[in-house]
Amino acid sequence: MTATAVSKRSRFKMNAFQQEAVNGFLFISPWLIGFFVFVLGPMIALIYLSFTRWDLVGDPRWVGLRNYSRLFSDDLFIQSLKVTIGYGLGRVPLGIIVALSAALLLNQKVKFVGVWRVIYYMPVVLPSVAVSLVWMWIYNPRYGVLNGFISQVFGVEGPRWLDDPVLVLPSLMIMAVWVAAGRNMIIYLSGLQGISEDLYDASAIDGAGPWHQFWKITLPLLTPIIFFNLVTGMIDTFKLFTQAYVMTEGGPRNASLFFTYYLYQNAFQQFRMGYASAMALVVFVIIMLLTLAVFRWSRTWVYYESEVVGGGE
Amino acid sequence: MADSSMAIGRKSVVGVGHAGARRHWLTYISMRALIYLLLILGALFIFVPLAWTLSTSLKTEAQTLAYPPTWIPNPIQWRNYPDALTARPFDRYYMNTFIITILSVIGQVLSSALVAYGFARFRFPGRNVLFMLVLSTLMIPFHLLIIPRFILFKYLGWLDTLLPLIVPNFFGGAFSIFLLRQYFQTIPLELDEAAKIDGASPWQIFWQILLPLAKPALGAVAVFEFMSSWQDFMGPLIYLSSDRNYTVSVGLAAFRNDYFTAWHLYMAAAAVAMVVPLIVFFLAQRYFISGVALTGSGGSKG
Repeated sequence: MTATAVSKRSRFKMNAFQQEAVNGFLFISPWLIGFFVFVLGPMIALIYLSFTRWDLVGDPRWVGLRNYSRLFSDDLFIQSLKVTIGYGLGRVPLGIIVALSAALLLNQKVKFVGVWRVIYYMPVVLPSVAVSLVWMWIYNPRYGVLNGFISQVFGVEGPRWLDDPVLVLPSLMIMAVWVAAGRNMIIYLSGLQGISEDLYDASAIDGAGPWHQFWKITLPLLTPIIFFNLVTGMIDTFKLFTQAYVMTEGGPRNASLFFTYYLYQNAFQQFRMGYASAMALVVFVIIMLLTLAVFRWSRTWVYYESEVVGGGE
Repeated sequence: MADSSMAIGRKSVVGVGHAGARRHWLTYISMRALIYLLLILGALFIFVPLAWTLSTSLKTEAQTLAYPPTWIPNPIQWRNYPDALTARPFDRYYMNTFIITILSVIGQVLSSALVAYGFARFRFPGRNVLFMLVLSTLMIPFHLLIIPRFILFKYLGWLDTLLPLIVPNFFGGAFSIFLLRQYFQTIPLELDEAAKIDGASPWQIFWQILLPLAKPALGAVAVFEFMSSWQDFMGPLIYLSSDRNYTVSVGLAAFRNDYFTAWHLYMAAAAVAMVVPLIVFFLAQRYFISGVALTGSGGSKG
């Protein structure tokens, strides 16, 4: 590290600093190779393919901007963006509210915190296809447990849930909360536990009530985690695929035509590789712009105080 | 918030006297009751779908179509489990999924630890820029690259083999690298220095000092990779085409299309698919919880 180390190693061709650099590169080389082969290479290929027409047979044929011009008059593509963004606008805030509320409850010095945490986290680990089958069966209009409950308690026939163009997205949101709330709850809980009790004691002396403390202390100090949740939730929404494939097949009447499912249909059912590549690239740009916008916006409300928030581990 | 209301409580007990104290005690009890009530309702919300799965998986087909739905299967039809698992070659699917998952976990943990060690302990030109690049790939929605990756694996002749689902994990994952690097940095540098004076090579320091000390973080990386491999659906759906190569998730989705309404069988198959990750979760929960907590603090630090 220091001059003595250099002189010790000087009999080699490389000095200690060069040796250290070589070792460093050797250790990170798996990632470097992976980055070129599985990220950068595919990225460049995606850009190239988006200007071609190709059904995997023969060679890709250059078509210039035709894929892009077709994209913007493709009603189904526009529909898939509407569905995805509309779902995200409901699901992300709903997920944040539920997870945060659960974390606040668990932070009330309740007994058996560990047990509650395990119960709430359980659905996170379940395979999404199995979970999709389970919720399809719950939402089954005729024989499902949900409509059975509704008709027994309220004496009315329940709605058709996944078969209803208006209710299909809210139904999927509720299922998503069931799946993911536990994970985000744990993140919020660790954030809450990192907030110093002195802050509450001090504000209590100043006469602040619990409600006031929540808005003025708890919530501002959790904004970095809320922001993190917002960004990851947004990206997850654009990834949503299993539910559309297993549960709804994009229906009814394209009301759940999620973007990734439409991409899959184009690329792997109709083998329109060039067109699907253009689609992926446009959404790539949309996600980048949205992320950037959220980052910009976050400056106005995310409160950073590394001393208080941020894991101790 | 609990602390705050109790702090207020203390103040009022001192200040207001007997009647006030009793009124406060009542509000305190009802607040606690409300908290537990809400927690129990939340737990019910979690359990009802699981119980419904279990209940349906033990019914006869006629019972699944009964109206109104019943909760207790009568008679209990255990046969659904062997029936469901042999209706398709699920033994094969489980074998494939285990192979993919175990090799992916090994690959992910080893390669990410190597890379994290490189970033945590060595100085080299461009290190910070490269690490920023690792972090920025966390933000890339990777499923958008599925088309060129599919074509890459097609040219490599890997389609309809398990390789596309295993091999990329041997090149480190951004999140795992990040998590392990943070962890390595909490291990005192003096340990490395001491070993270096004793003549240990960087490889020995990594293998014999850092890895054993980083067990909690390695455990978190391993369980996350286990879950994501076990849950993966779109990858195997696209890369695998013949039945004998299917994973559990792809097989389960295909099973659903074999019949119209065999919900008792679907639920039996789904229940078995859920049991494996649940067992892993119960055995390794502390790695999950600490790992997820780290996710949040990592995210909040930006």
